[in-house]
Amino acid sequence: MATEILMPALSPTMEEGTLAKWLVKEGDTVNAGDIMAEIETDKATMEFEAVDEGTIGKILIEDGTEGVKVNTPIAVLLEEGESADDIDTASSAPPPAAKDDSDEADAPKSAPAEAKAPATPKSDTSPDWPEGTEMQSMTVREALNTAMAEEMRRDDTVFVMGEEVAEYEGAYKITQNLLDEFGAKRVIDTPITEHGFAGIGVGASWGGLRPVVEFMTWNFAMQAIDQIINSAAKTLYMSGGQMGSPIVFRGPNGAAARVGAQHSQDYAAWYAQVPGLRVVQPYSAACAKGLLKSAIRDPNPVVFLENEILYGKSFEVPKMDDFTIPFGKAKIWREGSDVTIVSFGIGMTYALEAAEKLAEDGIDAEVIDLRTLRPMDTDTVIKSVMKTNRCVTVEEGWPVPSIGSYISSVLMQKAFDYLDAPVINCTGKDVPMPYAANLEKLALTSTTEVIDAVRQVTYR
Amino acid sequence: MAARKSTKKPNVSAEELKQYYRDMLLIRRFEEKAGQLYGMGLIGGFCHLYIGQEAVVVGLEAAAEEGDKRVTTYRDHGHMLACGMDPKGVMAELTGREDGYSRGKGGSMHMFSTDKHFYGGHGIVGANVPLGAGLAFADKYLENNRVTFTYFGDGAANQGQVYETFNMSALWQLPVVFVIENNQYAMGTSQQRSTSSPDIYHRGEAFGIPGEMVDGMDVLAVKEAGDKAVAHCRSGKGPYILEIKTYRYRGHSMSDPAKYRTREEVQKMREEKDAIEHVRDLLISGGHASEEDLKAIDKEIKDVVNGSADFAKDSPEPATDELWTDIIADVAPQNA
Repeated sequence: MATEILMPALSPTMEEGTLAKWLVKEGDTVNAGDIMAEIETDKATMEFEAVDEGTIGKILIEDGTEGVKVNTPIAVLLEEGESADDIDTASSAPPPAAKDDSDEADAPKSAPAEAKAPATPKSDTSPDWPEGTEMQSMTVREALNTAMAEEMRRDDTVFVMGEEVAEYEGAYKITQNLLDEFGAKRVIDTPITEHGFAGIGVGASWGGLRPVVEFMTWNFAMQAIDQIINSAAKTLYMSGGQMGSPIVFRGPNGAAARVGAQHSQDYAAWYAQVPGLRVVQPYSAACAKGLLKSAIRDPNPVVFLENEILYGKSFEVPKMDDFTIPFGKAKIWREGSDVTIVSFGIGMTYALEAAEKLAEDGIDAEVIDLRTLRPMDTDTVIKSVMKTNRCVTVEEGWPVPSIGSYISSVLMQKAFDYLDAPVINCTGKDVPMPYAANLEKLALTSTTEVIDAVRQVTYR
Repeated sequence: MAARKSTKKPNVSAEELKQYYRDMLLIRRFEEKAGQLYGMGLIGGFCHLYIGQEAVVVGLEAAAEEGDKRVTTYRDHGHMLACGMDPKGVMAELTGREDGYSRGKGGSMHMFSTDKHFYGGHGIVGANVPLGAGLAFADKYLENNRVTFTYFGDGAANQGQVYETFNMSALWQLPVVFVIENNQYAMGTSQQRSTSSPDIYHRGEAFGIPGEMVDGMDVLAVKEAGDKAVAHCRSGKGPYILEIKTYRYRGHSMSDPAKYRTREEVQKMREEKDAIEHVRDLLISGGHASEEDLKAIDKEIKDVVNGSADFAKDSPEPATDELWTDIIADVAPQNA
C-alpha cells in the first residue's frame, strides 16, 4: 500500500518546521537511508532520510513551505508495483502522536509522598533495645568498627574498600583490625581515585556484592557524587525495579577543626534531597552501630555521614548479639514541654548542652535526634511540636536550604495551628569555612546560639 | 586504517554468517524504525541511533559466553538487541510504555535486563566504565569466571574516570574487556580535534593493559578480536582493550544536523565499508545463500521490527501510580 511520508519531529521540542528543500522528485526511487529533503527546525537545518524503499509518488508540500506541523503528510511513497493512481488509498489521517496527559484527571498529585503525613502523626517512640539490656561503654569509632566486623562475619559478600582502609587501618582508624581478620580480598586499599572506586563499588553492588565504600572524608566524595546520585540512587527507578544498588558510602562529614574551607562541609542537606538514597547521620555510638548494621543490610544505597569529632566520644551501647536500628525512626533524647529542639549528628552536642543549661533557668526542652535524614521521621517532630508549640532546629550545614528549613516547611503545613512562634534554624553561617580559630568558631553554630534561639521562641 | 582485518578466508560456517547477517540487519531495521517513530513524535527526548556500528556488538556477542555481562552508554539499542533482549520490550521502552524494559521509566538511554546480563544504558559519558569494572570486580570476587564487556566511545575515552578505572582494573586484574567504539566523532567533535594521540588502544600501555585496534566494519575481525580478548580475561590475566574503528551513519542524536562532516564522507562509508553489505557479499559469493534466502531473512526481520513497533504503539502508558514505585527497594531485586 502507498504510504504517506510525514513531517518528522527532528528534535525533542520541535512542533513545526520549514520544508527547505526537496532532494528527490516525483518518480525517483529511494532506498532506506537516502536523504530526501532538508528541513529547518528552530535550531538547525536537518537532513531527512527515507525509512522505507519505494518510489516518490507525489510531493504534497512544496519546497520553502514554512510552518509545516509535525506529522503533516509531505509526500507519498509507492511500493514496488504501485502507481500514482494508488495514492488515494493512502490513509489521510496522521497517526496518533504520543498522548499528552498533562491535564488528565488521573494525573498524579504534585505533592511529594512525604507531605502526605497523617492528621495524627504516628510516632514510633519505642526504645532501641529492651529494658534491662546489659550496656558497655564504647566510642563511636569502636561502634562503627564493630558494626562492620559483625556484618562481614555474617555475610561473605560484604567487603570494605577505600583509601588507607587496609594496611593503614583507616585514616581515622575506623577499619582497625579488619584486614587482619578478613584478609586483603575483603579489605581493599584503593588508589586516590574517588570517582573511579565509587563507580567500581556501585558496579560490584549490581554484581551481587555488598560494598562498604569509605571516603576518607565526604569532602572528597564530591569527586564521586555523580556515581552516588546518577548511578547508585537512580538505577532502581530507571530499571523499572529490576536492579538496585545495595552499597554503603561512609566516612566523616562536616567540620573537623581548623582544616579550612575545602575540608569542612556538611553534606546532610545535599544528599537528603536525592530520592533513591538513604541518608544517615548518627550522633551516639549506639546509633552509629545499629544504623551502620542496618545500612549494610539495606538493599538501597546508603549515604552514611559520620563526624570526626564524635569518633572519640564514648556512649553506652547495648550488649546484644544482633543490634540494629531501623531507618526513619527519630530518637527522643530528652523529654520536655516548653520547646522542641531538633538536630542530628554533631548538632546534637549543642542541642543537648543547650537543653541542660536551659533547664537550669526552668525552660524544659524536648530534644529530638533525627538520626536518618532520608527517610526523615517528621511525625515525631510534629507530635512533639503539637505538645511544645515551639521549635528550634540545629545543624552545622549551610542555611540555604537546610534540613532545618525543610522541617520548618513541614511544621508550617502540618502543625501551623500549634505553633506559638516562628521556627528558628540554627545553622552554619553562609560562608566558606575560615581557617582562623576565632572565625571558624563564629562560622559554626553553637550552644549559645541554640540557647538564644530557644529564648526567642519561648519569649523568655 | 591500520586496523586488524580478517584477510584469510572466513573461518566461519554458513550458519554463523547468516546469524551475523540477521543480527546486524535486525539492529539496522530496528533503528530505522525507531528514527521513524521519533519523527512521528512517538519517541521523545534523546534518541541515539546505532546505524553503521552494528558489526561491533554482533561480533563481540558472538565471542561472549552465557553469563558474561555487558554495560554501555546511551547509544545502547544495538547492544540490547545483540544480547538477545526482546525488540518489543526495547521499542516499548523507547515509546515510554508499560511493556518497556523499564516500564517506561528509563527511556532510550536507560534500560536493563538482569536475565540477559545487560547492565544499562548510562547517560553520563564515561560513568559506565567504572561500573563495568565493578561488575568484573564482583565476578572475580565470586570466582565465577565471567567477563564483562564495558563499551564506551572515543569521546568518553578522554574522561578522567576511564583512566582511574584502567589503573584499578590492571592493579586488581579484573576480567573486563574495555571496548572503545571509535566512531570518530564525539557528538560533533572529530577525534582529530579532541584527542591528542589518535590510537586510543595504546593508552592502556601505561597501565600494562594490552590493546589492539580492530576494523569495526568487519564483523569477523571483531569476533576474532573478541575471542582473543575474552580468552585473555578468562585466563585471569586482567583487562584487555579493543579499540574498534567504526562509523555512525546518522547524527549523534535525532536533533543533530551533522554539519561537522560532509555528506560525501558518510556516503563513502556506506557504499564502501558497510558491515551488513560485507556479510551479504560473503554469503552470496561463498555460495552460502541465494538472493532469495536473504530476501526471506529481510522479510523476517522486517516483520519482527514492524511487530515491535506495533507492540510499542499499542502498549499503554504506565499507570500514574508508577511515578511512586521503584524508588526504594525492600530487597535487592537482582539478588531476590
